[in-house]
Amino acid sequence: MAASTNGTEYKIIGTRPIRHDGVDKVTGRAKYGADYTFPGMLFGKVLRSPHAHALIKSINTEKARALPGVKAIVTSADLPKLADKMEAAGEQAINLNHLSMNILARGKVLYDGHAVAAVAATSGHIADEALRLIEVEYEVLPPVMLVDDAMKPGAPILLDSLRNKEDGPDQQTNVAAHMQFKRGDVNEGFKQADYIIEREFKTAMVHQGYIEPHNAVGIYNADGHATIYCSTQGTFVVRSLTAAVLGISEGKIKVVPAEIGGGFGGKTTVYLEPLSVLLSKLTGSPVKLTMTRAEVLRATGPTSGSTIRCKMGATKDGMLVAGQCWLAYEAGAFPGSPVGAGAMTILSPYNIPNILVDAYDVVVNRPKTAAYRAPGASNAAMASETVVDELAEKCGLDPIEFRLKNASHDGTPQTVGPPFKKIGMIETLEAIKNSEHYKSKLTGPNRGRGVASGFWFNVGLQSSATINVHTDGTVSVVIGSVDIGGTRAAQAMIAAEVLGVDINDVRPVVADTDSIGHTDVTGGSRTCFATGWAVYEAAQDIVRQLKERAAKLWEKKPEEVVFANGMLSPASGNGVKPMSLKELAPRLARTGGPIVGRATINARGVGPAFATTLVDLEVDPDTGKVQILRVTVAQDVGKAIHPAYVEGQMQGGTAQGIGWALNEEYFYDDKGILRNTGLLDYRMPTCLDLPAMETIMVEVPTPGHPLGVRGVGEVPIVPPPAAVANAIYRATGVRMLELPMSPPRLLKAMLKKRAASDSQAAAAD
Amino acid sequence: MVHKVIVETTINGDPVELLCEPRQSLLEVLRDELDLTGSKEGCLTGDCGACTVIVDGRAVCSCLMLGAEAAGKHITTVEGLANGATLHVLQQKFLEHASLQCGICTPGFLMSAKALLDHNPNPTEGEIRYALAGNLCRCTGYDKIVKAVVDAARHGVGASQHGKVPTESTAEVTRDILEREKR
Repeated sequence: MAASTNGTEYKIIGTRPIRHDGVDKVTGRAKYGADYTFPGMLFGKVLRSPHAHALIKSINTEKARALPGVKAIVTSADLPKLADKMEAAGEQAINLNHLSMNILARGKVLYDGHAVAAVAATSGHIADEALRLIEVEYEVLPPVMLVDDAMKPGAPILLDSLRNKEDGPDQQTNVAAHMQFKRGDVNEGFKQADYIIEREFKTAMVHQGYIEPHNAVGIYNADGHATIYCSTQGTFVVRSLTAAVLGISEGKIKVVPAEIGGGFGGKTTVYLEPLSVLLSKLTGSPVKLTMTRAEVLRATGPTSGSTIRCKMGATKDGMLVAGQCWLAYEAGAFPGSPVGAGAMTILSPYNIPNILVDAYDVVVNRPKTAAYRAPGASNAAMASETVVDELAEKCGLDPIEFRLKNASHDGTPQTVGPPFKKIGMIETLEAIKNSEHYKSKLTGPNRGRGVASGFWFNVGLQSSATINVHTDGTVSVVIGSVDIGGTRAAQAMIAAEVLGVDINDVRPVVADTDSIGHTDVTGGSRTCFATGWAVYEAAQDIVRQLKERAAKLWEKKPEEVVFANGMLSPASGNGVKPMSLKELAPRLARTGGPIVGRATINARGVGPAFATTLVDLEVDPDTGKVQILRVTVAQDVGKAIHPAYVEGQMQGGTAQGIGWALNEEYFYDDKGILRNTGLLDYRMPTCLDLPAMETIMVEVPTPGHPLGVRGVGEVPIVPPPAAVANAIYRATGVRMLELPMSPPRLLKAMLKKRAASDSQAAAAD
Repeated sequence: MVHKVIVETTINGDPVELLCEPRQSLLEVLRDELDLTGSKEGCLTGDCGACTVIVDGRAVCSCLMLGAEAAGKHITTVEGLANGATLHVLQQKFLEHASLQCGICTPGFLMSAKALLDHNPNPTEGEIRYALAGNLCRCTGYDKIVKAVVDAARHGVGASQHGKVPTESTAEVTRDILEREKR
């Protein structure tokens, strides 16, 4: 029995069964998008801009078309021109015109790697040769790479038609939007403060870094129907966006979810899918496109670099009284950075009476950003959690005590207004405070310990689930949420728990877009919350029907049948033997036919997530290299369905956060060309860079959810950059205000500090 | 038109004769010519390790080796890891420890771990982390992967030889490795 925090005893929820898709994945049998082949299949490749910002004067494909084996070449001239219309795409909305212009550049290239043309040929090598034969004439324009530069008057303009409300209809701009959030009066608040800290932070653009490059196989049939096999976080998003970009109706596209090799938000939009269908339509053959790693880094959607100013004030006794933040995020070439989320998360862990947050979405000559695990929140927390750490020090308080004094709790107003319901910020702080790690002493030179907290909203959105009862008493759970991290197992566990069947008698199935109702992306930490809820309701639908069938057999009314502990029995005992689902299943034909349970949901009442991360590290004083010695993360997980995969989310998010903190960054030269397009130079953590990762799951159930589930995937990436920065401060005395805190940056800061203290000492002599 | 070459090699214990272009990598040959798609492409530059196979006892990135170079070699891919319907102890431990999330890096990790345990059935945690450092995983933070390999060595591969994997603190592992790097 697995005990739960809400007093319910579960048989299956809270245990750690082996995932149903596990054997396929350890034997190499699981089919990812790039593993699909079809008879007569062609291979597609994409020609990409070598310039950060340029006008396309002409494209000549004549020589390329003449190459034997080349079957089709497309440019933006082959796509319909779309209006500036917003289309919902999971967590975000996408401007369809911009989406189309990102898939194939129209008149202008806006970043190094921007797609210009696509080729289909009989082999990938021939398609590559054809790319070299396409002649594109460019008129190179000056690029603008940083938000600070892009916001200046007279900066090069990326999009001629971009306007914002404040500057009016006549003013060209790179600022796509300005948002403001306000509570109380910050000026009055700062007047009450005994200590005020104000800092400016810069964070670098980083990539999700999934190991599997994007892929798509498109098959267009002569009857006008198309099928796409691809690795995506959302089959229904691929369907609607591909249909919109190609100007065909959604119902004519079926998207089949391949296994997906990581996404972290980066696979919630389309790049290759419309091209695969278009090239298939022109050639009559299936067309497969896969990206190289360089293409993934240059031309998919990383997350924003940013400039953030954060000013916070506290009274002597450690109460936060005011917070003022200014955030500007790189959107990439088209509007739509996660700066709004950054603004709404930056002060959320704390109950601060007076706040003012300004946020700017700014276009620059970089790839259009996409979602990345708690989009926008890690940059923001780097700023606020560093300032909080400084204030705690000023007040002479332990950083956890300071946070506990100010922590958001049930009823604290959120940045957007309405108060938090049941949340676990305080519980994560208490968990770290009581951990063996926190109580242990960190000794040795150049070592430091840092702590930081983080917040993420999580989302609900739409899901569908179908459960089929088979004649041998096994059941299949059909869902539309693709499985990136073990969610099939969790869905099966929910069904098994409700139906009282063995976990191995449940087969979870991820279905294509024709075979399941609309289901939004696997993202926003929503799969166990929302799809799990739908599966729970579908299982309840089965229970209702089982009662009806048993009632028929026992010649009773359905309401006279009870279902408990997996057994159906009459409410009033009269010697009838209770029956399990397994015993009733073979008798369904005689009691009315098969049983199918169904449920759909547009999930409300999302439980937001908090995490607190504790890091020990050692800094090499000669090189500035940081070695992480120990990490513990405490997270409010609501209710852990499959604890091993919940821990996995916490560990994986922490690892990505540490990479973001220490090494990862997009490095552009002065012409706006990306110089680190491989995984040797875009340096993600290896298992030598990281220690064992300790996890503490705190369970504060989400009210309203039948199982108390809270999304767990995203929030663990939020605290690590600030926790690492705070630990570096304890180790070296240096406050780092820039990400990543790579060896050269940290060494420079340490040398500067040493030079300052040397000259101070000299002056004292 | 490039002329293809005939390559005679041994894959997962069976003799194989195949035709490939001289420019095709071993990874491309395995995936596109032989339908052995268990080996994955993550980077094509030898940085991610998702394409790791074992060539004559050594873990090799199959994207960095030409298919033509497979001639006369013995190659093991993830498809050859299980013994029929019985999983290799590493596969079993990866499942038990929830060592995979998306699973794309898993074949490469399994092959690197197998190459390690074949040579050193009783590695320390530091040696395991060192041997797996050429494989990138973006989902797990490596914790559960390393635990699975430790467990596989303790209860499976290494059990008959020594029986126990020494456990070290993270700081010891790190120091161990840093000193090795200095040497």
